[in-house]
Amino acid sequence: MSQTFADVLQIVALVGALALVHRPLGDYMARVYTSDKHLRIERWIHRCVGTDPSAAMRWPVYLRAVLAFSAAGVLFLYAMQRLQDKLPMSLGFAPIDPDQAFNTAASFVSNTNWQSYAGESAMGHLTQMAGLAVQNFVSAAVGMAVAVALVRGFARSRTGELGNFWTDLVRGVVRILLPLAAVAAVLLVAAGAVQNFSGMHEVHTLSGSVQHLPGGPVASQEAIKELGTNGGGFYNANCSHPFENPNGFSNLLEIFLILLIPLSLPRTFGRMVGSLRQGYAIVAAMGVIWLAGVVAVTVSEYAHPGTAAQLAGGAMEGKEQRFGEGGSSLFAVTTTMTSTGAVNSFHDSFTAFGGGVTLLGMVLGEIAPGGVGSGLYGMLVMAVIAVFVCGLMVGRTPEYLGKKIGPREIKLAACYILITPALVLGGTGLAMALPDGKEAMTNIGAHGFTEVLYAYASGSNNNGSAFAGFGADTPFFNTTIGLCMLLGRFLPMVFVLALAGSLARQAPVPVTAGTLRTEKPLFTGVLVGVIAIVTGLTFFPALALGPLAEGMSS
Amino acid sequence: MPTTPTTPSMDPMEPTDPAQSTRQSSGGARSPRFRVRGTGRLLWAALRALLVLTLVCGVLYPLAVTGVAQGLTHQANGSPVRVEGKEAGSELIGQSWNTRQGKGGSRPDPKWFQGRPSASDYDPRATGSSQLGASDPRLVKAVRTARERVAAFNHVPVERVPKDAVTGSSSALDPHISPAYAALQVDRVAEANGLSAEAVRALVDRCTEGRTAGFLGQPHVNVLRLNLAVREAARHG
Repeated sequence: MSQTFADVLQIVALVGALALVHRPLGDYMARVYTSDKHLRIERWIHRCVGTDPSAAMRWPVYLRAVLAFSAAGVLFLYAMQRLQDKLPMSLGFAPIDPDQAFNTAASFVSNTNWQSYAGESAMGHLTQMAGLAVQNFVSAAVGMAVAVALVRGFARSRTGELGNFWTDLVRGVVRILLPLAAVAAVLLVAAGAVQNFSGMHEVHTLSGSVQHLPGGPVASQEAIKELGTNGGGFYNANCSHPFENPNGFSNLLEIFLILLIPLSLPRTFGRMVGSLRQGYAIVAAMGVIWLAGVVAVTVSEYAHPGTAAQLAGGAMEGKEQRFGEGGSSLFAVTTTMTSTGAVNSFHDSFTAFGGGVTLLGMVLGEIAPGGVGSGLYGMLVMAVIAVFVCGLMVGRTPEYLGKKIGPREIKLAACYILITPALVLGGTGLAMALPDGKEAMTNIGAHGFTEVLYAYASGSNNNGSAFAGFGADTPFFNTTIGLCMLLGRFLPMVFVLALAGSLARQAPVPVTAGTLRTEKPLFTGVLVGVIAIVTGLTFFPALALGPLAEGMSS
Repeated sequence: MPTTPTTPSMDPMEPTDPAQSTRQSSGGARSPRFRVRGTGRLLWAALRALLVLTLVCGVLYPLAVTGVAQGLTHQANGSPVRVEGKEAGSELIGQSWNTRQGKGGSRPDPKWFQGRPSASDYDPRATGSSQLGASDPRLVKAVRTARERVAAFNHVPVERVPKDAVTGSSSALDPHISPAYAALQVDRVAEANGLSAEAVRALVDRCTEGRTAGFLGQPHVNVLRLNLAVREAARHG
């Protein structure tokens, strides 16, 4: 079998598995978020929290609960890192410095998992499993809750009520993430990922030297880090570490886990708004962009432009032999087009265009298919913009799913899409204007600039991957990127929930001959075009200075 | 705090009178402790939610997974490789195959198959790669040096040196090399161990793993397993 054929087969197998699984999972999630019944463990959790799981919330109340829960998460995680040396299973590691502890807390609560620390040399087992991995669960569940609240905004009418945040949060964790993660974790262990509570232990190798082998509850964290599109590695090398991702099977499983929920949620959306075809139109737009990215990066990595890659005979720097260019490219696109940021190869050493596409995947807003929840609400906001553009073309008041897209809705959508460009370009500009930007670069010239741009794009879009030559552990970057992650996560949620509230209040407009058919392939095409123009063009000048300049000159 | 353009009676922020809070909930009489009022109380409820979920996701879940995983003892504990009863490494973690630290420093040992270049010399306490871009002058220099070194070490022309032999892996712990790089080293390893090239080539074939399930990833050779086989053959041969 030729390598090309194997790589194509790998993509076909992945798409086939997702196509098979997204239907039952999407339908199941719709039932989870519309059911009236509470499981016993859920009732017990609600009793501990002291909230009424059946009380409906209007959008400001829902938002307040989201923000309060996330604020508690930041404070708790910060305290845990600062007190690490006093906690059990610290492996003797010192407390994390204040700026890095803030950055890491912001990072994991915002579903980013940007890591300015190296897991194996900084974090104890308890901080990893009871601090970081818990946020992997709950930050994902928060994203799903907000997405579901927006879907309810479309599905409901003449009400301000969007559901109950605590119920959505607990159900997301208990009924969706926990069972899937447990199964995935055991599969990963079977493939070779480690799962124990030992620290570093010494072994004497055949060649007579000493090697220190790590342990840790890795597989349990690995499973949720992919499933929740979090991406924070137990070890610094992330999914390229053989203990996190031991072979070709675990690699495909991890890619599958990353895409599983983001690609099933459009089905949930279709179910909840009463038209599966509306969900297909959304998932088709996600799939088209993702596939285009996979093809672009894979082709570029195999073509291996760049002086060093040409001399070596291939772009294998920063890639593992067991994955190769194909398995690495597929992972790289999947991780940057969702909000995951886990890496099985280092993007900094990708070819200029290959690395550029991973950067583009993030600045498109991570909606193809995006993070768990955040991908769906991001795509629905883009759909609102697309409907508005279509409305302008034909001179009709735009409608989407029977709801009028009026001035208030379009203002909220516009605010949403302005946040990340402001954070990314503002942050990059500030870093480049100060000495900090240049000092953090490992690479020189255009590639060095891309490292800085990538850092702010990754933080603001809650991705978490890096052009990892970038020296991120300075008070300046820990603070500014930490702020970008928080603002990039929670400001959009404000506008999404406000939009949901405003849509839920409306009475539905009847479908007429002049209604834009948003379930048709034509609309999918318009949606992809609007995404490319609105977000793609915003970042074109910055991309021209970075990966495009590097690619053209080599 | 964001507000909605609704009438005061619709303001959902602070349900202060019982009538309003009843309307807020979807039905039935509720115990008063179920109502969350004020930012302080909300934060307190949020913290309790976090603590309960930490118990479930951060303690019970990893313990349960570990309990099940320890049934797969070999994998869960890092796929250890034992030599004469003592742990000599992990089949998943690459090792340095240099000579012992001597007078002239440590250098690649001709009697072992060599792995890929590693940014940390195969120290698992510091994983990661060079992070240099595909056109970076330092990477160009590193690749050129590695090509010449590998070619001279194995007595082959530089054109035969494969890409994985001159590029650093992502983890710095890559346990594998390509079948091409293994083939390149056969003559040198055979000579250094007093074995025939055919015998060593047979060992390489035995230790070559195809793509997982036939189509996932790339064919690869596990260096530790191969060197163990070479050691075994050299002892009995």
